[in-house]
Amino acid sequence: MIKLTINGLNVSVEEGSTILEAAQFLGFPIPTLCHMEGLSPYGACRLCVVEIGEDAGAKLVTSCTYPVQEGMKVRTTSKRVNRARRMIIELLLASCPQSKVIQDIASKYNVRQQRFRQEHEDCILCGLCVRMCEEQMVAKAIGFRGRGETRSIGTPFDIKSDVCRLCGGCMYVCPACQLRCTYTEPDKAVCGGCANIAAPCLDKDKFGDMMCYMDPCVACEIEK
Amino acid sequence: MNPEVVHNILEKHQQSQDGLISILEDIQRSFGYLPSQALQQVAEESGRNLVDIYGVATFYKSFSLKPRGKHLISVCLGTACHVRGAPSIAEEFEKSLKIEAGETTEDQEFTLETVNCLGACALGPVVVVDGHYFPNVKRTAVAEIIAKTREGIDKIEVKTDQRVFPIEVSCPRCNHSLMDTMNLVDGHPCITVTASFNRKHGRLSMSCLYGSYNIASEHVIPPDIVLNLFCPHCHAELSGGANCAECGTPMVPMIVRSGGVVQVCPRRGCKGHLLDLSE
Ligand code: SF4
Ligand code: SF4
Ligand code: SF4
Ligand code: FES
Repeated sequence: MIKLTINGLNVSVEEGSTILEAAQFLGFPIPTLCHMEGLSPYGACRLCVVEIGEDAGAKLVTSCTYPVQEGMKVRTTSKRVNRARRMIIELLLASCPQSKVIQDIASKYNVRQQRFRQEHEDCILCGLCVRMCEEQMVAKAIGFRGRGETRSIGTPFDIKSDVCRLCGGCMYVCPACQLRCTYTEPDKAVCGGCANIAAPCLDKDKFGDMMCYMDPCVACEIEK
Repeated sequence: MNPEVVHNILEKHQQSQDGLISILEDIQRSFGYLPSQALQQVAEESGRNLVDIYGVATFYKSFSLKPRGKHLISVCLGTACHVRGAPSIAEEFEKSLKIEAGETTEDQEFTLETVNCLGACALGPVVVVDGHYFPNVKRTAVAEIIAKTREGIDKIEVKTDQRVFPIEVSCPRCNHSLMDTMNLVDGHPCITVTASFNRKHGRLSMSCLYGSYNIASEHVIPPDIVLNLFCPHCHAELSGGANCAECGTPMVPMIVRSGGVVQVCPRRGCKGHLLDLSE
């Protein structure tokens, strides 16, 4: 067992667990976005930042990837953490305001405005779909391509993958889309996961293709 | 695309347990780009996943998935070149060749790319065509560079290749002179840089006579070792040159004081070099 303090409370947790696991186990809430139980930690969204160390040595780390250490002092709601967290939420909101998941996080942390140029990204590069496909579906049909501004998710050469099992797992976990198509026939495609009533692909004028990165969609095969 | 070639490349790397990047580099060297069938073949034969291979191939700018032209024109847009007007030079190339950066002309002659620092800031704005450096390029020189390339850029060096004459060089990064008047090699002031290999670091003095390969080194350099050379003033690594025509090792560029660039192969025993003098 490893002894550490979280928000001033002395606790001991199992060796090898992450700060996030320890904090959640003890009931300290930490918001996460790219973290999901059953998938390997990735540290992409930075939403789960906490502060460790003291005085000049204090620093922000992503709790989902940081293993607990003996004697560590963790603060999950310090001023610095809150400031960083707000900023990250604002940035997420700016890049993908249509996401129900991000909206929910923003409202929970009382972020009502953001000060950046609004984009409507259809992907925030959280990597959940890639890990889902590889680790749970053991398909490895999609992955990251390119870098920087042009980084994107998709199949190699953008052609329909022959290892994809059409399970829809990638869409299910996607925080940017959340459309969770439950049918494979286009005319029955109903996106039930979010507040939008119509599947965006069936209502192209209204949504364009901003809601779904699948091109072509592995589940519904609607050509966009 | 010849599957045999890819197969041989994979075979070669299997033994040395080399990583994916070396394999892709070799494929790109053989075909000039990464054909999609080749990537497929790498996936099948090496047991790697195509998703990973495609991810790496699209991540690095030096890999191209599209066929490239016969001549590669790289315009540096690094900070130093940028402030000296490199964007307008890139634009001029785009206009003259009627393509955007990153594209290849229809006749497959030219590929234009912009790069983010060639490590030769003192030469800026610098343009590299098929490994030949063009320093202090002005907008008006663009047409001339294209014309020169068309008629065969390798003609430029032939003029000077056979002669033995002293050259004075400086670091392409900080522009400090690399000449060392205290030590003589071949009876001339030598070119002194810091060399490192196998975790050893030491002074390396090279003859400044173009055509002489005499050196004096602090440590004994075994044959075939590829040295890393550094500027003794700014400690920047001297790297980023064209691939040596003899052995393929990336060469080490240095500025010639009278105007131009000399590149030498850092592999011990290899005599590959390239000299571009600007008038
Ligand atoms: S639908 Fe295809 S790409 Fe998506 S998780 Fe399933 S196997 Fe992977
Ligand atoms: S497509 Fe969705 S799940 Fe995949 S990386 Fe982008 S935002 Fe994350
Ligand atoms: S294309 Fe349409 S049906 Fe397919 S995942 Fe996207 S929204 Fe759902
Ligand atoms: S949840 Fe930790 S970085 Fe996204």
